[in-house]
Amino acid sequence: MLVPTGDTVAEVTVEELRAKMGTLMEIESEENMLLSMGPQHPSTHGVLRLLLELDGEKIVNLAPDIGFLHTGVEKSMESKTYVKGLVMTDRMDYLAPMSNNLGYILAVEKLLGIESPPRAQLIRMILVEMQRISSHLVWLGTSALDLAAMTVFLYAFREREYILDVFEMVAGQRMMVSYFRPGGLWRDVPAEFEDAVREFLRFMPARIDDYEGLLKNNPIFLKRCKDVGVISGEDAISWGLTGACLRGSGVDWDIRKKFPYLMYDQMDFEVPVEYEGDVYARYSCRMREMRESLRIIEQCMDMLPKVGKEFNLDDWKFVPPPRSTLGQSMEAVIHHFKLWTEGFKAPEGYAKVSIESPRGEFMCYLRGDGTSKPARVHFRTPSYVNLAAIPTLSKDLYVADLIAIIGSTDIVLGEIDR
Amino acid sequence: MNHNDLVISKITGAFPDAIEETGMFRDELTVTILQEYVHGVCKLLRDDEDLKYNFIIDIVGDDYLPEYPRFAVSYHLRSMGNVHDFRLRTMVEDPDEGPKTIGDLWKIATWLEMEVYDLMGISFEGNGSQRRLFLPEDWVGHPLRKDYPLGYEEVQFSFNYDAIQEKKPYAGRRQLGDES
Repeated sequence: MLVPTGDTVAEVTVEELRAKMGTLMEIESEENMLLSMGPQHPSTHGVLRLLLELDGEKIVNLAPDIGFLHTGVEKSMESKTYVKGLVMTDRMDYLAPMSNNLGYILAVEKLLGIESPPRAQLIRMILVEMQRISSHLVWLGTSALDLAAMTVFLYAFREREYILDVFEMVAGQRMMVSYFRPGGLWRDVPAEFEDAVREFLRFMPARIDDYEGLLKNNPIFLKRCKDVGVISGEDAISWGLTGACLRGSGVDWDIRKKFPYLMYDQMDFEVPVEYEGDVYARYSCRMREMRESLRIIEQCMDMLPKVGKEFNLDDWKFVPPPRSTLGQSMEAVIHHFKLWTEGFKAPEGYAKVSIESPRGEFMCYLRGDGTSKPARVHFRTPSYVNLAAIPTLSKDLYVADLIAIIGSTDIVLGEIDR
Repeated sequence: MNHNDLVISKITGAFPDAIEETGMFRDELTVTILQEYVHGVCKLLRDDEDLKYNFIIDIVGDDYLPEYPRFAVSYHLRSMGNVHDFRLRTMVEDPDEGPKTIGDLWKIATWLEMEVYDLMGISFEGNGSQRRLFLPEDWVGHPLRKDYPLGYEEVQFSFNYDAIQEKKPYAGRRQLGDES
């Protein structure tokens, strides 16, 4: 076993390795085999290392080893203005940058005490729900691929491509959008946006039927999903699970319903709940969630023409003045200069906002100290918390079941390490 | 009686001198308590029939460098039955002697405390698995502290390439406060 220490490569004995892993978990028996799974293992969905203690092929103990993608987002944001910090949130959960943007922006708006106009809120909701579908499509494709169902991966990525095209249309970027800004949006959506989303709403329900048709009656898929990785509702709450992992265990909890943000309180949608608590329950929760997201998008699209045209807050203290005013108004130039050099100042105090991201509860905690830079930024990322339950979920199961469990918790390592 | 007042009155009822101050900002309740009461108050909040704060959202460490006490730990608690969130906060005078762990109340709390320990350097009494989580195990210092420098890499040009290469901070190479 070779591990690099500093500039040289040192050889480590088995005893030393055992001692090292003993700090991560308690090794039950000296007879058992220790196995390091990852960080380059394809089914860990990123750079996650799992230390397994195996009795035959049975998992006795498991410890996650994370931090391979740690980039110090929280520290870096302390040295940036509130608007500049936004671009770093895209890079945390790289499968759902819109949701991360939203969580951070809502926290900034709460700290400042401002609210965006209805049109901006509706467009945010449309994009966030599309992001939820695209994130679930990646989850569906990759976790089914882990369970040897190849076909669904290609179909899922075809539809995800369409969603990313819509994002490129509105934000100019497919992934790292940074589209939501304090007080509204970067710019209004283009004219083609409505047709593109309507077209998506037209073809998507049948496509979800297709995915389900490929998996629902697939005996191999069902055998590997049913009664695997079971967790009760009570344990799920104690382990802090959120999102489909919690709802798959029979707990009816969705931030969009319980602590409504944006205009979710005006929307008519259901929260899918399953009661088995196994991998299959989490699978069906997410599949049903995609259909509910389509319902929300449709209602938002119907409401969009009925609200005002403003997509940004009319307050130059927080929102940069439009380009057209810069040639005519001295005040606009001053505000523009102030906002892009110093940025707006946030009051002293704390703000905490929770949103329902595709993976679960995403919380942003901000501490303002009266300057234009946050004194402390903290993210409660759902993957980080959900990961901690994997050792419990996979206890006394086989290594093959662990693959299904990792897939079903839907972790994103960029978000865990941030 | 709304949930905010209920929380305060219940804590005062059980621990009369625990609460240091309470604050409301942007409709969020923050209850600051003394460090030694953290475990007791959390247990009360979780088990009381009217409160039932059964879900812990997050534990966050804060650093107010020039002030004393310098550190603070915030527990974001939620009652799923009452649909209510609030923040329980405690000031920490000595980061090496932090509050008592609440890992026995919520299973996830140990994992959340590990993050606070790794990045902010506040240790929790009785948390047995405090170790480096995100950072390499030989890392020195706790990066989220305010006195920890951000660190920039100098740009290498052809005339000073070797001089900068020599002191470039690579993982594993000891740096920052290294006595040896």
